[in-house]
Amino acid sequence: MSDAPEVNRGVVTPTRVVIGLCLAAPFVAMLWVGSYAKTDPQFIGIPFFYWYQMLWVLLSTLLTMTAYKLWQRDQRARAPRKGGAAE
Amino acid sequence: MNDGVNGVALGVFIFFFLAVTVMGFLAARWRKAENEHSLDEWGLGGRSFGTWVTWFLLGGDLYTAYTFVAVPAAIYAAGAAGFFAVPYTILVYPLIFTFLPRLWSVSHKHGYVTTSDFVRGRFGSKSLSLAVAVTGILATMPYIALQLVGIQAVLDVMGVGGGESTNWFVKDLPLLIAFGVLAAYTYSSGLRAPALIAFVKDTLIYIVIAVAIIYIPIKLGGFDEIFAKAGDAFAEPNPATGAPRGALTPPDATQWTYATLALGSALALFMYPHSITATLSSRSREVIRRNTTILPLYSLMLGLLALLGFMAIAAGIKVQNGQLAIPQLFENMFPAWFAGVAFAAIGIGALVPAAIMSIAAANLFTRNIYKDFIKPDATPKQETAVSKIVSLLVKVGALVFVLTMDKTVAINFQLLGGIWILQTFPALVGGLFTRWFHRWALLAGWAVGMVYGTLAAYGVATPAQKHFGGSSKEIPGIGEIGYIGLTAFVLNVLVTVVLTFVLKAAKAPEGVDETKPEDYTADAGDPGVQVELPPATAGSSH
Repeated sequence: MSDAPEVNRGVVTPTRVVIGLCLAAPFVAMLWVGSYAKTDPQFIGIPFFYWYQMLWVLLSTLLTMTAYKLWQRDQRARAPRKGGAAE
Repeated sequence: MNDGVNGVALGVFIFFFLAVTVMGFLAARWRKAENEHSLDEWGLGGRSFGTWVTWFLLGGDLYTAYTFVAVPAAIYAAGAAGFFAVPYTILVYPLIFTFLPRLWSVSHKHGYVTTSDFVRGRFGSKSLSLAVAVTGILATMPYIALQLVGIQAVLDVMGVGGGESTNWFVKDLPLLIAFGVLAAYTYSSGLRAPALIAFVKDTLIYIVIAVAIIYIPIKLGGFDEIFAKAGDAFAEPNPATGAPRGALTPPDATQWTYATLALGSALALFMYPHSITATLSSRSREVIRRNTTILPLYSLMLGLLALLGFMAIAAGIKVQNGQLAIPQLFENMFPAWFAGVAFAAIGIGALVPAAIMSIAAANLFTRNIYKDFIKPDATPKQETAVSKIVSLLVKVGALVFVLTMDKTVAINFQLLGGIWILQTFPALVGGLFTRWFHRWALLAGWAVGMVYGTLAAYGVATPAQKHFGGSSKEIPGIGEIGYIGLTAFVLNVLVTVVLTFVLKAAKAPEGVDETKPEDYTADAGDPGVQVELPPATAGSSH
């Protein structure tokens, strides 16, 4: 985990860290089953276990969308440099 | 349990079935390109699909009829444990966001049609590419068989075919007809047929779920009532084991299983050839990233669908074969005509993935077995012809499988298929990010994962089944019960890493990498990116 031998200069930026967090959050939330394996509080009669995971479908969608938008912005910011180098 | 043929439902079912059949044949003309005899054209729809077509195609492909029948059936049988499909599909999208665009780029740059094409190009190893291709074909075949099982379940509840009808021919005739139609239009229209039919399938499924999730709870007295009844049903001991049948929330002992199943399945999903086929058929890299943000809509639908399993319990549905629970629930709850719509949704839902899967398996065979090992100088026209025939053979194989063997065999093989396909992850996804792994190490890791996974799954026994009783087993060294596929995957990675160090130290030949770092980020419009061209006929080895 701690050693990242191939860190090129300028690859790890704050934006990219945020993108990584957005993409990693669903894994932490969903794989930690103990945090949601319970019945209460219920929502319109549906046990917590079920509506919480369905809620995470929406949350992870929002997070992935955020990551996508940030990625697009990141790419656009880099585009002039890259294009200039290629031509 | 069949009280005669449900005429109205059957009529509606046949109507939709005929409609999609016509669409399937007309699809060949949809967005047709000039060069119709290339494998890109038949097997990837000309690589021309935009965001929405890709969304329908991937949705139609990943969320199969079997999913619609099996997920609520698992909930019906055991409660919470069956709900792992929801976290599983949640995790898929952040995951593919990271690696699928790279696969798209490199594939379009080099004209790769399959994952094995990429592995061969990246590692310069035909044996590794063959391993990936064979795994893909083996894992896909039982999956196609299960789609036919899905159609059978619906036909059974409608009172035609399946069941205990005496004559085998009469019993299987409806399935044979459905199958023949599927085979014919896949043959003539290629990937365009399922892409077009996926629109109908998804529209029907969304309508059915929306109605079911509102209408059935009202009839059953609300979700409170449904979960109270389900909770009571799960608490009753199972006569075979004496333990409770299931639970509304997973007890501590099963939480590892739940998490590892979700993670392992998420890692495996986009290793399946049919997922990759649908991905590579999209027009640009952006289409894929954008799709990862809209595909979760299907996960929401899947979650709602899973709840139908509880409704089947609350509605007092009693079936021996759990897979009939949901079709039976529809039949009991809905007016006959709407039950017909629901059945059509499931039936068509089986056709779309079956068509894509057979195309994907055929592409693998043609590109990575036929062309690499049998006839290296095959022309694009020959490739397409072989692919068309193989797609037919694959489907016939699946049909024979379903008709001659017990259904549990297909389910066991599908379970194994999931474990197997996961073992191609290090070569494919690893290869997309780094060339550090040694090709022989990857091959050895794959073999270890395959052998361990198969043996471990074989050894799982339940009171009902001696072998292949489930997909989870104690994880060596941790002591918790976890998904076999994920354990095998970890072993696979360990072997790969250790052997890579050894082989590098021994200076074993690395193989030629035909890709360049910038190939992995290329997009449509960049120089050298093929958007609508036949695959490079020269191959890599000449």
